[in-house]
Amino acid sequence: MAVNKREATGGKKNAEAEKVKLIPVYVMGKKYMVPETLTIMKALEYAGYRFIRGCGCRGGICGACATVYRKPGDYHLRVGLACQTVVEPEMYLTQIPFYPANRASYDFAQLSASPEEIFKLYPEVFRCIACNACTKVCPMDVQVMDVISAVKQGNIERAATLSFNCIQCGLCVSRCMGELPQYHIMQLARRIYGSKIAPRAQHLNEAVEAAGSEKCQQTLEELMKSDIKKLREIYQSREIEPVLADEDWTPAKRDYL
Amino acid sequence: MPYTEELKSLIKVVEKTRPQRLARKKRGEEFPKMPPDETEAILKKFHPDYKEEGRRELKVGPSKGYRIAQEFADLLEAWSRLEPDGIDLSRVDIEADVLIIGGGGAGTAAALLAEQSGARVVMATKLRHGDANTMMAEGGIQAATKIEKDSACVHYIDTLGGGHFKNEPELVRTLVTLAPEVVRWLEGLGVMFSKFPDGRLHTQHGGGISRKRMHSCGDITGAEIMRTIRDEARNRANITVLEFSPAVELILNEHGHCAGAILYNLETEEYLIIKAKATIMATGGCGRLHIQGFMTTNHYGATADGIVLGYRAGVKLKLLHTVQYHPTGVVFPEQIEGVLITEKFRGVGANLVNIDGEQFVFEREPRDVESSAIIRECLEMGKGVPTPAGKLGVWLDSPMIDVFMGEGTVEREFPGKFIVYRRFGIDIAKEPMLIYPTLHYQNGGLEYNARGETSIPGLFIAGEVSGGVHGENRLIGNSLLDVLVFGRIAGESAADYVRDKTREGRLSLQHVKDYHRELEASGIATDRVAPMLLPDYANPEVREKQLTAHHVNK
Repeated sequence: MAVNKREATGGKKNAEAEKVKLIPVYVMGKKYMVPETLTIMKALEYAGYRFIRGCGCRGGICGACATVYRKPGDYHLRVGLACQTVVEPEMYLTQIPFYPANRASYDFAQLSASPEEIFKLYPEVFRCIACNACTKVCPMDVQVMDVISAVKQGNIERAATLSFNCIQCGLCVSRCMGELPQYHIMQLARRIYGSKIAPRAQHLNEAVEAAGSEKCQQTLEELMKSDIKKLREIYQSREIEPVLADEDWTPAKRDYL
Repeated sequence: MPYTEELKSLIKVVEKTRPQRLARKKRGEEFPKMPPDETEAILKKFHPDYKEEGRRELKVGPSKGYRIAQEFADLLEAWSRLEPDGIDLSRVDIEADVLIIGGGGAGTAAALLAEQSGARVVMATKLRHGDANTMMAEGGIQAATKIEKDSACVHYIDTLGGGHFKNEPELVRTLVTLAPEVVRWLEGLGVMFSKFPDGRLHTQHGGGISRKRMHSCGDITGAEIMRTIRDEARNRANITVLEFSPAVELILNEHGHCAGAILYNLETEEYLIIKAKATIMATGGCGRLHIQGFMTTNHYGATADGIVLGYRAGVKLKLLHTVQYHPTGVVFPEQIEGVLITEKFRGVGANLVNIDGEQFVFEREPRDVESSAIIRECLEMGKGVPTPAGKLGVWLDSPMIDVFMGEGTVEREFPGKFIVYRRFGIDIAKEPMLIYPTLHYQNGGLEYNARGETSIPGLFIAGEVSGGVHGENRLIGNSLLDVLVFGRIAGESAADYVRDKTREGRLSLQHVKDYHRELEASGIATDRVAPMLLPDYANPEVREKQLTAHHVNK
């Protein structure tokens, strides 16, 4: 059980033996005493919950564990990711592991780079009343309302870059007066920007060709047949690009290029 | 929580040596790379893979006699969740051309290519679509895309050297040859790679690689790739996704061909029979087994299920005696312990330093060497930094980056980690990070070939569940590449197979019965059941009172 204890309580044998202070939290209204040092996620596990939903990467990037909570005597609704937020005394919380949102389906290859494409697929974007509830609720500090404004103004580049840290947890959708599916709209904006607006990397075409060329494949075949001694030699004598080298650095020896 | 007063005073020591270390870097002087004989010695002495007591010989199955980690052996020497005779295989719930088990990067890439080739795809995934280690990859994806200085051949040599020359040559050839194509494919789907204004891709350095070959999307490369290909899969009418439905057993048919799987709906607790003309397993890795008690960077579902399923059905293991410990996992704040700190920090030049502020290893050794050097510094040299929880770590000196690349670089290049630390009151542009090696990647897995085929007709695999391409140690940026290259290949191969090679026959779980019989005959007395599906982090005192929650219907 050593493993279980370590994950659940951050290396402590158990709360009592280590004299860790226990604090009350209310999980969907029901009181549990948990160590004050734990994240919400580990506190729920400490209390005996075993997650099916509401738990994913446990590293703050997948958007599975969005949690809303209140503190006593405070009307303010707070949010956090359960895997990243430390419990506080008297916290009154629930997870929102899923929230329904309208997602348009499209043939991406056929879309143009025009903002009209987004307007057609998501006409509800114009139902935004600029209340900013989406931005306030975002656990990743994405300026969600500004992203939606950028979409409405047809500035897909701005929408894409401003929304880059979105983890698609869906909390914005849960608070939206205009019933927009913000995170789906932002996903579409990023894809259009990445594929159809940002300049494409032209060097990829020559790299694809070079890798598949007869010359390259022949050299690879020779390497595949080489014995370990020879391979070790080649490996040890590789020319290493310096970390501070400029973009136009080229190796002195053109071996294996 | 922010750094304690004790740690803050130790940070002063790091700050004191920083100017000299920066000056060396500016002069182009690097800490000497470890010579080959020292590399070998340090791995043997300090790398967890080499601890004999950490392994045991398998007593059953197609790789009987192979010594692998106890935690793997525990899973392989275990009973099925099901009593095979109690399952009526004639009552098929869903039929598909291609069944894909796993909804991460490899499974999704496979789904897209199989669908494109005309197959009706059903994808079953244990958690949500996209809950996978792919989502968590930070550093980037390797590909030789700058032909003035790099090539698939140089990539090949780096990959073999990193893997101790134990890699399967044909698999590596496939990996490096198709790498630029994969990056082009992703760009076409709309992945927002970090670029120069003219579109040329940024490329960074990494441990064990000889050219700047790492393509990234900020420090959330995996998340950006995963959400983009997932979005594309959602547009395809012939891809059906079943979430919260892990596979618990493969189904073979009377000819010994793979014919689908049995899924378990985690929410309704139903078992479903899926019949498929071809099956792709892309179930990912094993971090949640906490091998040798290590913390892990892996997502909640990384419990090596596919290894169990494939092995029971008769697929051999390959290079599973090695797992990867990422050199830099968070060891403080303990709330996020084990979380990955991307190698990109070292790729752009941040030093690793000990309690005295001394650099003790070149920051871009291959991961197994780098991790061993950190463990040696803490356990043998006695120069680790103690945490309030009584653990040890070393400093990753991130503030160096802002000094030599300009203020604001850390926040701009590492937005994900910057936010995570800020939540705990730590500014990583000004304060270093306290790190220790963390269980990160399953280097080996099930045996397969460059077409994604296993020894069982109709069963294909891709990604972390497979073993061979990375040898004994995977290089940075080769995992995202692996899942996409071999995911796509598995998708195409499976769709090809469906077209004219599938041989229909009576469905069977005879292989599970045979496995049970072998377990009984081997004299292993255990009530273990596998696959694990989800780790159990319940408080043991609570668990003791959960009298009926942990009962499995075997």
